[in-house]
Parts: sequence; structure tokens; C-alpha cells
Amino acid sequence: MSGDHAHELPFWRKHIFSVDHKTIGVQYAITALLFMLVGLLMMLIMRWQLANPAQAIPGIGNLLGEANAPGGVVLPDFYNQLGAMHGTIMIFLGVVPLAVGGFGNYVMPLQIGAPDMAFPKLNMMSYWVYFVGGVIMLASFWVTGGAAQSGWTSYPPLANIASFGQTIWLIGMIFLITSSLLGSVNFIVTILHLRVEGLTFARLPFFVWAQFITSFLLLLAFPPLEVAGILQLADRVLHTSFFMPSGLVISGEVLDIAGGGNPLLYQHLFWFLAHPEVYVLILPAFGIVTEIIACNTRKPIYGYKTMVNATIFLGFMSFLVWAHHMYLVGMSTKMSMFFQITTMIISIPSVILLTSLLLSLWGGAIRYNTPMLFALAFLPMFAIGGLTGLPLGLAGADIHLHDTYYVIGHFHYVVAPGTIFALFAGIYFWFPKVTGRVMNETLGKIHFFFSLICINGVFMPMFMQGLAGVSRRLWDPTQYAHAQPTQPLNVFILYAAIGLGLAQIPFIINFFWSAFKGKQVDNNPWQATTLEWIAPSPPPHGNFSKVPSVYRGPYEYSVPGQSDDFWLQSDEGKK
Amino acid sequence: MSEAVIKHIADPHPVTGVTNSKLGIWCFIASEVMLFGGLFSTYILLRTGAGADWPIGSDLLNVPLATLNTMILITSSITMVMAWASLTINKFGAYKKYMTLTVLLGVAFLIVKSFEYGMKFEHHIYPSKNNFYAIYFVMTGLHVLHVIGGLVVNLYLLLPGSKLWHKAPEQFMGRIEAAGLYWHFVDLVWIFLFPTLYLL
Amino acid sequence: MAHSQADYQKHVRTYIGVFLALAVLTAVTVGVSYIDLSTGPAIILAVFIASIKASLVMAFFMHLLNEKQVITSLLLLTAFFFGVLMILPVLTSG
Repeated sequence: MSGDHAHELPFWRKHIFSVDHKTIGVQYAITALLFMLVGLLMMLIMRWQLANPAQAIPGIGNLLGEANAPGGVVLPDFYNQLGAMHGTIMIFLGVVPLAVGGFGNYVMPLQIGAPDMAFPKLNMMSYWVYFVGGVIMLASFWVTGGAAQSGWTSYPPLANIASFGQTIWLIGMIFLITSSLLGSVNFIVTILHLRVEGLTFARLPFFVWAQFITSFLLLLAFPPLEVAGILQLADRVLHTSFFMPSGLVISGEVLDIAGGGNPLLYQHLFWFLAHPEVYVLILPAFGIVTEIIACNTRKPIYGYKTMVNATIFLGFMSFLVWAHHMYLVGMSTKMSMFFQITTMIISIPSVILLTSLLLSLWGGAIRYNTPMLFALAFLPMFAIGGLTGLPLGLAGADIHLHDTYYVIGHFHYVVAPGTIFALFAGIYFWFPKVTGRVMNETLGKIHFFFSLICINGVFMPMFMQGLAGVSRRLWDPTQYAHAQPTQPLNVFILYAAIGLGLAQIPFIINFFWSAFKGKQVDNNPWQATTLEWIAPSPPPHGNFSKVPSVYRGPYEYSVPGQSDDFWLQSDEGKK
Repeated sequence: MSEAVIKHIADPHPVTGVTNSKLGIWCFIASEVMLFGGLFSTYILLRTGAGADWPIGSDLLNVPLATLNTMILITSSITMVMAWASLTINKFGAYKKYMTLTVLLGVAFLIVKSFEYGMKFEHHIYPSKNNFYAIYFVMTGLHVLHVIGGLVVNLYLLLPGSKLWHKAPEQFMGRIEAAGLYWHFVDLVWIFLFPTLYLL
Repeated sequence: MAHSQADYQKHVRTYIGVFLALAVLTAVTVGVSYIDLSTGPAIILAVFIASIKASLVMAFFMHLLNEKQVITSLLLLTAFFFGVLMILPVLTSG
């Protein structure tokens, strides 16, 4: 597909149903960021309710509707809807579409020197199927009974008997899973086949490696979740009993179903995906952070090969640990031991990645620009998230911590000040490639510092609440005596959460203002080495006017004997 | 504007030795293996949980019809691969003939299936009756959806899509090969579904 | 990928041979189900015969016998995870 026809395309084919990976990447990114904003607002409503149980939310409360929040007081059912949809939206409509659909689509083909993805039309379909799935998900708030409200995990039997919104959730998930599968095929073929001459796997930017492994996880782990969705739909719509045991009594009545089903079947199918999914959430982030650290330390990455091998091993192991989310279902000690062993083993590659990045800082000429600040913060934040995962991975400690706020603290640390910080870093870093302008550094630093402080304020106290035994998914924790001592923390968390929300305002302003009025820069403002920086900003359809060749690795910074402190991958000779 | 063109659409990659579409369709098939794997895993869990209460498939299901359908699908796999082979020796007419047969056999499969389901519904046997019927309907139902998907693709490649043969024969052959691989996979799933559900 | 007429004839002979084998094995599958075996051995036998049929389809119709390593490696990886999905859930649901 040559680039000559781009200027002949009508508006709707060039900008709406575009097959150009860059347009599609931006579509994914903007859509995902909007969904994340929705997720953030949902979280603020929940945190208000937790800090001020059964009290009306000032101002906004009356906008939520009488069915959800009569008199501005969030009802328990609505709280549960917010909880289930916050998780669903953040993971499936926000973080992964931004990390993979947004960054992967836009940056990866450029970094491998390709004119586009291997299957541009399939790419376009992936985005629109995601978009439709997202609309379906959001629409579920307006059906009778409201949105899904059985956790983002949708466990049966509860999810099986939930209101109509759960069926909509399942249909939405089928769209999202389809989008993901089509995308992962595209990524794998593109990375294997469309690398330019000289770009061997040993010279591949770590960002591309990360997207490559992530795509395998999506390809092979998502289908069992699709099965779980189909079976739950069958249970709900066709009244089968895949997940419904015999003799189930609801509201005093025995259910008129065949029975003989197994709720654990759902959990196995769900977590078979959902565990690899957490590596889908973190690997692109590691990829982004690695690129930014190399560039802003003016040094090669320490242990690049080890990082790559660790990531491959991590991807493989991620399929063997899922039941560590299920330690309390009554499995035998033998199986529990199996999953504890694999879980402990899988912590090693993550530590290798983190250690390599930390060691990469040593002796570097560090430039503290906004992307670097977010990338640097990612490291200790991910460390906290990862370390707090260890007691959860050990069945003995997990007995006390399972389904408590400790879990919420753990996974939010990895995803929020972890992945999302890395995604912010990526936005600030690649913004000049997409727009030809840089984002404002002052606003960036304000965004960074306030986000960092507030996000820790939101999630650190949750560990204490979890250790005190406070369960997750509670509309009003003060009903429980053991939760009352840590209730003041909920008030603190609310203030931190509001601060976190407000801290995003400089980012939003910066993002839109800089796109039109930001300082214009040349193709390579960060003086980086990888191929995307030799393309024009923004790159035209087809990306490179002359197809580059690659002569060296991705992190040739401060090479002795070179006049510049960076050496482009595509630069032919010695200077 | 750029000189760059997406490579390996018709010419295989020097290292992997395959084209984009071949690698792509195999990746897709790999994910489909995991999809039906989820269903087989479901079958295993439900059956082991039910123990002796699980019925014998041949007591409840129509084995002759299913055997017929097995032969229909196997034959359609032959006609599909013959369709591709015809293109390798430049016989476009033979391609059309074999592809038409493949489509007709696929339709025949669906007709037999509709009789099979119809007879069950007549006796008020629905997926909700018990978990054996539930997994039977869902597994064969999802398989039917895949047959329909394959039929749609094959019809497209037989009719409007066949124009590509005159413009880019190598690329068209690649598409037929990819569609063939998908169709054989659908046959493969049935090869396992048939004994599992109908005979055991 | 233009083949010679001789290659084509050879392939056609192979396909017909495979078809006959598959037809016979289908009959065997049905026939064997009439043997009075307990569930365990019956399942093993049925899966075994189905695997032979599947191998024929994969090797000759899907050309896996002569396929490139990237494809076979992908399928081996998938087969491993497929096995995990068959075995671990039932072991963990005791």
C-alpha cells in the first residue's frame, strides 16, 4: 500500500476510518484517556461514599439520578456498579488500549522502520470494535437495574443472577476481546516480518520486545475468558447451569435450574486470562520506561539481553500462576504448593527488570525532564507494588489478606503510580513526534509532583486498612467494628483522591494547549537513537521517505570516539 | 510521500519463510485452539464433577447424523485443499469448481445440524435441560458459528474476492491457503467434538 | 508458487489417500464406541483415534509436515498451554 493515495482520500476515510497506524494510535489514545477520566470520576464518587457513608455528595450528588443516588446519597447497588465498572473501564477501556492500542500502534511500526502495520485494515477494525465495545459498556449504566455490579471479576453465582447490565457487560467484553485478538495477530506479524534490514531481534528497542511478548499473552490467554463470557451468557440467557451448583437458594427460594454446575470453573477460565492480563498491563510500561531512561541517562541500558530473556521467561510463566488468585477456594495443599512455587518463581524476572533499570541510572548524565521524572518515579512505585504482592502470593499470608484493601493497595500501586505513570511519561516523551511540538515543562512538573504525592496518599493507607482486615467492595465499612479504627484513613484518602483528580487538570490543559501552541521542535528533540526519531514530526503516511537500514543496537549513547553523545541506529558510518 | 510498501504480502520473509497472511492465520488459529480449549476444559471439569451421573453421549444424541456430518466436513477439507492446489497449476476454473463444492458441503453440514437441533427442540430438549445438553449445544453451537464464518469468507473468495486472481495471483493464492487453513481447523475441532460429545 | 503437473498429481494422490484413511478412521471411531469399555479407557481410545485423524489433517491438508519452524514453534507453545488448560483446573477443583 503506497503512500500516494493519502491526499486523495475523503475526510471520513482519512480521519475516521483511517488505516494509518498513527491515526489509529491517536484514536486509541484519546478514547482511552477519556475512558480513564470517566474511571477517575467514578472512583471519586466511591471514595466520597467511603469517607462519608450515607451522606449526600455536595453538588454532584444530585446529577447522579434518583435511581442511583436519591437525594445525592449513593445507594449500595450503585456503589457496586461504580466498583465493577471502575475496574472494567480502567483495565479494558483505559490502560490496555492506551498502552497497547495507543503507544504500541503509533510507536512500534516507526521503531522497526515499517511503513505501517502488516494488516492496516484489520488494525482499523480493531479500533472500531474496541470503540463499540466501550460504548456498549458505558450504555449499561442506563439499563434497568444499572450496570454490572458483581465486581470486575463477575464471579458466579452472583453475576449469574445480577440484573440486565451484567448481560450488557458480557456482550461488551466479547467486543473488547475480539478487538484485542485482532490486534495481537497484527502486532506479532508486524514485528516478525516488517523490521527493516539490519534490525535483528538483538538490536530491537526493548519497547518493541515488550509489545511483542504482550501480544502473545493477549493472543493465547484471552480466549478462555471469552469462553467464560459465553458460558455466563448461556447461564443468564439460556438458563444453563454451567456455573450454578445444585440446590442454590436465593431469597429463600430454591432456583429452578438444572444445577450440577461449578462456580470454580468460571474462576479458572477468568483468571487464566486475568493473570497474564496483569503482565499485559505492566510490560508496555516497562518498555516505555526503558526507552526514556536510556535516552535521559545518555547511557546504554544495563543488562538489555538479560531484560529480554527475563521478559520472555515472564511471559511463559504468566500462564502457570493464575490460581494464586484462588487460594481460598478449597484447593488441595498440593495444588496450592504448585501455584505458590510458580508464583514465587515469576517474581524473579520482574525483579531483574527493575534492577536492570535501576543499575542503568548509575553513572548516567541524568536529564530531569518531565518524562524522565515519571519514568524514575515508576521504579520505586512498581517496587512497592511488586513487593506487596509477595504476601499475597503465599497462601498462608493470603488467608488473612485475600479480598481486603491490602489487595487493592497492591494492584493499584503497580497499575496507577506504576503503569499509568509510565504512560504519562510516554505521552510527554512521544508528544513531539506526534505533533511536532513539546509539552510545557512547568505544567508537566506540576502534574508530576502533585500526582506523585496524592497517588501515594490514596493507596499507601490501603495496606494498613487491609492488614486490619477491612474487606474490599464494601459500601459502608463502618458497619464492621474491625473497620472502624481505620475509617479516618478513608477521609484522608478522599482528600488525596480529590488532589489527584485536580492534579490532572494541568496535564489536560497542557495536552491540548501544546498540541496547537506548544514550542515547535525538530524531528529529534530528545536526541534519541531509535528509528522513530529520524522520521518527520508528525510522520507522513508511509512514515519514512527513504526506508532506513539499521547498523547498531538501540541504546548507543555516549559511545567513546563519537562526537555526539548519541548514535542513531540508522546512521551508516563512523563520524 | 514515501517509497515504502508493506513487504511480505506475497513474498515470504527470508528468515521465517512465510508470508504475512500465513503467519497471521496461524496466529489466529492458535488463539482458536485456546478458545475451544476453554470449552474442552469446561467439559472435563463438568464431567469429572458429575461422576457417574454424566450420561453417555450415544444414548442421547444422533450418532448417524453426526457421522454423516463428520464425513461431510472431511470431504469439504479435501475439496478446499483441491481448490488451492488447482491454483498452484493455474487452473482457475477448477478452483471455482472445488471452492463451490466446499461451500455446498459447508451448507450441507449446516442443514444436517439444523435437523439435529430441530429434533432436539421438538422434544423440548434445550441447553437448560442439564449440563450435558448445555455443553453439547454450546460446543456445537460455537462450532456452527465458525462454520458460518468460514462459509462467508469462502463465498467472498469464490465470488467478488476472486477478482484478485487476475490482479495479484500470488496474493490470491495466499488468501485461499489461509482460508483453507482456517477451514481445516474447523474440521479439526469437529474431529474432536464428534467422539467427545456423541460417543463417550 | 507455481507447481509442476507432476507435483500436483503427487499431492492429489496424497489427498485422496488421506481422505480414505480419514473415512476408515471415522468408521473405526464409531465402531470402537460399541465396545464395552469403562469410561476412562473409552475416552483414551477415542481421543487417541481422533488424534491420529487430526495429525493427518494437520500434516497433509494444513501442510504442517513441511512447515517452517516459526509456525511449528508457535503451535508447540500453544499445545503446551492447551495442555495446562486441560489439566490444571480439574486438578485444582478437587
